[in-house]
Amino acid sequence: MVSPLLVTGDGTLSYGAGSVTLPRADAREGAASKAADLQGSFSLADVSVAYGRDRVIEGVSMYIPPRAVTALIGPSGCGKSTLLRCLNRMNDELGNVHVGGTITLDGADIMGRAMDPVELRMRVGQVFQRPNPFPMTIWDNVAYGPRTQGIRKRSELDELVEESLKGAALWAEVKNNLKKHAFELSGGQQQRLCIARALATKPEVILMDEPASALDPISTQQIEDTIAQLKDSVTIVIVTHNMQQAARISDQTAFMLRESLDEPAHLVEMDETRKMFTNPDDARTESYITGRFG
Amino acid sequence: MTTPPTHSGRRLGRTTTRRAAEAVVRAIIYLCGWMAIIILAAIAVFLMWNSFRAVNEAGLFTMLSGTAWYPTSSPGKFGMLPLIVGSLYVTGVALVVCVPVGVAAAVFISEFSGRLVKEVMKSIIEFMAAVPSVVYGLIGVAVLIPFVKDAFSLMSGMTAVTGGIVLGIMSIPTVISISEDALHAVPEELRQGSAALGNTRWQTTFKVTLPAASSGIFAAVMLGLGRAIGETMAVLMLTGNAAVMPASVFESVRTMTGTIAAEMGEVVQGGLHYSVLFAVGLVLFTITFGINLVADLVLERQRKRWRR
Repeated sequence: MVSPLLVTGDGTLSYGAGSVTLPRADAREGAASKAADLQGSFSLADVSVAYGRDRVIEGVSMYIPPRAVTALIGPSGCGKSTLLRCLNRMNDELGNVHVGGTITLDGADIMGRAMDPVELRMRVGQVFQRPNPFPMTIWDNVAYGPRTQGIRKRSELDELVEESLKGAALWAEVKNNLKKHAFELSGGQQQRLCIARALATKPEVILMDEPASALDPISTQQIEDTIAQLKDSVTIVIVTHNMQQAARISDQTAFMLRESLDEPAHLVEMDETRKMFTNPDDARTESYITGRFG
Repeated sequence: MTTPPTHSGRRLGRTTTRRAAEAVVRAIIYLCGWMAIIILAAIAVFLMWNSFRAVNEAGLFTMLSGTAWYPTSSPGKFGMLPLIVGSLYVTGVALVVCVPVGVAAAVFISEFSGRLVKEVMKSIIEFMAAVPSVVYGLIGVAVLIPFVKDAFSLMSGMTAVTGGIVLGIMSIPTVISISEDALHAVPEELRQGSAALGNTRWQTTFKVTLPAASSGIFAAVMLGLGRAIGETMAVLMLTGNAAVMPASVFESVRTMTGTIAAEMGEVVQGGLHYSVLFAVGLVLFTITFGINLVADLVLERQRKRWRR
């Protein structure tokens, strides 16, 4: 069991036990054991990030519950995406980035030497801001991750491709055209293909970095529907600039803020989404949500 | 006393002169742009014009399929096939040398090296391209000819392999820099997407980046090939220049370029031999033109692919 309550260094957390929304067991078919329910939960303790000498995030502590949607909101440059990239160690790819504090996934430290970032990324998938399908067919795009994991059997791959495309709500549109080049899809379809591609490795968590910001309203709607459909089976952490989107799709919301360029960003408040958008504890959260800045 | 020109009048005057100046500048720029095409067309016409007599008297098919090159016997025999095969042998060996080394180096520079190493490597490669071919030839004579002779226990080290290896080394900068451009053009998002799916740098390179850049790398190889087949001085120094049909790459060959360079000084201007050498040049021109055209079309396709 991972405790939802965190005791950390100087990172103070102010949310009650009620704020952690565990998915109701009856919401899922064939509910697995209680332990399985907790797969895909993150605990962050006093996390800080620095690009070279520039400290961009400091003292972030939070609990990201499993099988729920957690939204990270805040003005541009408040470190939401940077924090997101800590969760699958994609910051490692950038070089010259130092991450401090502790991050655990289901109780296991993900920042230590014991955790191979390549293995971590199979458990924690990511969907990027701009759709980035690989220049190959739809089928090959989805089978890409499983193949990396060593799955070679055609029938098994076929099954995974179908399952993942269904999970991303794209199956009905492409089932007769799996050999089509991914670039022939529309932007919204490409993004759902990227979600399917991330699902194919059977991750416990999917990170989404403004997945709908490059899409039209109808495609955005489809992505949001997909997220709603997915959250029973996978933990979703989403960065978004769109407050209505956060309010619509997330169970929990975390508000981050960089008060000035001289100081690093920090977590202002994190709570149930309903509470954050109706009755936030912090005055800054309220002014951001009501559109007074940011 | 003259009245100063009105404001609007002055502006009108300036506009007219400016318009005239613009027209002149535009004409000059257009002419410069068209110049490349005009020169290329002129070369083609010039080659055809001068090889007219050879085609007429020796016959195009006889020249292209003939295996005997005795231009100074009487009557002269102008079978170009040994020269064409010689060029192909040398170029083939050059490709075997330059493609693996060039592509691997491009992958290293683009995907694995740090910023400092990258900059240093790129300038060294540019320098490699600036070394005159005769210097490569000298090094080949001093080092490679004895080495090839001993390594393959041959009578002579002056073979197609010797020339091919040096040509390969000379083509490496072309292959590296154009392959590196192609790899660089692959969007970073694709690499990130692959990394986020739990792929190592190597897996990403082989499964996503290289396939995505494949058409650009193909074009790089074609341009390297174009450079190798047109090179003259180094092959003249290294291949032994025997104009007979070679049985293998371990024999002495004479290339098309080497033939033109070696024989042009001794022919009678306007004579049949003179015209035949132009025909050789025309064949060479056609081959390199074709190679460059294919490379260009492939590069253009790649550019379109990422413009979305």
